This record gives sequence, structure tokens and C-alpha cells, in this order.
Amino acid sequence: MEFTIDFTKEQIESIEDILQKELIDLGVQSVILMDLAGNVIVNLDSGEANHDVFSLAALAAGNYGAVSAMANIIGEQEFSLLFHKGEEESIHFSKVVDDLLLLTIFNKNVSLGFLRLKVAEAVKRIQTLI
Amino acid sequence: MALINPKKREVQVKIVYYGPGRGGKTTNLEYINRKFKKRILNEMVTVKTYGDRTLFFDFLPFDIGEIKGHSIKIQLYTVPGQVKYNATRRLVLRGVDGIVFVADSMDLRREMNVRSLQNLKENLESFNKNIFNIPLVMQYNKRDLDDEGIPILSVDTLEKDLNTRLKAPYFPASAIRGDNVAATMKKIIALTVSSLRKKLE
Repeated sequence: MEFTIDFTKEQIESIEDILQKELIDLGVQSVILMDLAGNVIVNLDSGEANHDVFSLAALAAGNYGAVSAMANIIGEQEFSLLFHKGEEESIHFSKVVDDLLLLTIFNKNVSLGFLRLKVAEAVKRIQTLI
Repeated sequence: MALINPKKREVQVKIVYYGPGRGGKTTNLEYINRKFKKRILNEMVTVKTYGDRTLFFDFLPFDIGEIKGHSIKIQLYTVPGQVKYNATRRLVLRGVDGIVFVADSMDLRREMNVRSLQNLKENLESFNKNIFNIPLVMQYNKRDLDDEGIPILSVDTLEKDLNTRLKAPYFPASAIRGDNVAATMKKIIALTVSSLRKKLE
């Protein structure tokens, strides 16, 4: 399996627009669209966050791979949604298409249910662009 | 495969240091991290076991400036060398653009080098990649052990064992002293980036 998605400038701009409107404008701190090799495709933030997105993406790709291997052991193909809860900040992972992940970093002001809803909408819209 | 962002005009290149356990892959990255501190904006990420062995990978992002109007972001990774961690090794290899094979010059590790190279070949095949086509540099590490009277393999023997068919560029090195660590890295970056040039045009 090898993944080579080439994005055009227009695609990237449309994705940025979706992520800005669906997530950042609603209070999410930071979003990263990445591939499973750990490459950052799109990164947006609200201006408050100053995360090391490249390291985050590298670790997230590894984490997602490890959790998928766990899924296989219990007979699942994968877990398409992961969530890590912290005291102040939390991370939500959602699969977009086979080799793309959307990482969302948000704080206590955003409820998980609301976030999941908005992520699902954003993912749906991004899927139509790819 | 390297990711090209046409909007930011940025290319992300993934280079993986592969090789047998305790061969010096992490030591290579640690040296690079110290030596090129000014160019490295973020901390090196390591996921280690309690015994200080690499459990998942080490990760070091590195900016090398612009080529054909694109800023090039090099991302250096190591894999865990121990045989039992093959699943994580494969994960790290996903999307690899260039490989440094760090072989251990110690006499006792002769077979481990050969096995690890075979394992690399198989893991690349699982991603439909051919070891003969991917940018690859050999590093024969731990040459310094000779000074301590520890028996090491000659460069000729290592070449014969590992590089007869691959014919990759090679460097005798000592990661702990820093000998040829930068040279190895520069070579793999040059090979990998030149393989991408066509795509950037």
C-alpha cells in the first residue's frame, strides 16, 4: 500500500475554508489534516495555540497505526474515531478517507458532542473534494 | 511519498534511519540535533522504553532551505531495531522517501545486519516499494570500537555482506563521536531531494 495524494492549491484552499468555518470559527483551537505518513497537509489555528504540529502529526500517525493494529487483534478493521481527554485540552482524531486523518485540538469550552457533530460535517464536505 | 503543498510551496520529505537494534540510529539523530541546533526549531521527539531503547520512533524535523522555489522540510525518523518490534517499524516506513541503513560494525553483529537489511527489503515490499529503487545510503557505524580493541568487521566485509548488489553510497562512521554523521545525512538528503526534483518542476 502506498499513498500519494497530490493536492492542488484550489483543493487546499477549499479544505482550509471548510475547516475554518466548521471548526475554528466555532471555538476549536487547532486543526490538522494529515496523512498516515505523518505529513501535515493543512494546519489552521485560532491564534491562541502554538503547538509543534509536525511532531504532533508524526506521533498521531504512529498512534493511529498502533490503535488500528489493536483493532485488528479484537477483530475490528479499525477504530475510525479516537479521543484523548486532558484536563484543559483534548485531542479528537477522525478518519477522512483511507489515508487521511483530521486532528482537532479543543479546550473545555467546546463540548465533545458538538465537536463530533461539526467534525462529521467537515469530514463529509472534505470527502467530496478529494 | 513526499508531500508537496502547492499553496505554501512546501515539501515534506521523510527519511528513515533503519538497522539492527543498538546499532546507533538514535545516536545519529541525537548528534544531528546537537550539531544543527540552530536550524532545528522543535524538540526531538522520542518514544522510549524504560531501558532507554527506542520503542516507537525518534523524530527530528529539519529545514534545509529552498529548492526550485519550494521550502524543504526534512523529517528524520528512526525505527526500533529490535526484531520483535516489526509492526512499529512498518508503521514508521509508511510514506518513506529515503533510507539510511545503519549497520553495526561489531564482529558479533554481522548476522544481525544482514537480517535487518532483509527485513527492510520485505517491509518495503509490503508498501510496494523496491529497495533497489529507493534513495538509500549505507552507514557502517561504530568504527571507533577498533580503538578500544573490540573486534570489528572490515569495511570490505560489510560492503560484501550488505552492499554487493545494492551498490548504495556508504560511509564508515562513528555516531557517538560524530564522524561522518553529517556526511551520511547530507548524502541521503541530496539523493532524496534530487529524486523529487522532477516532481517540483
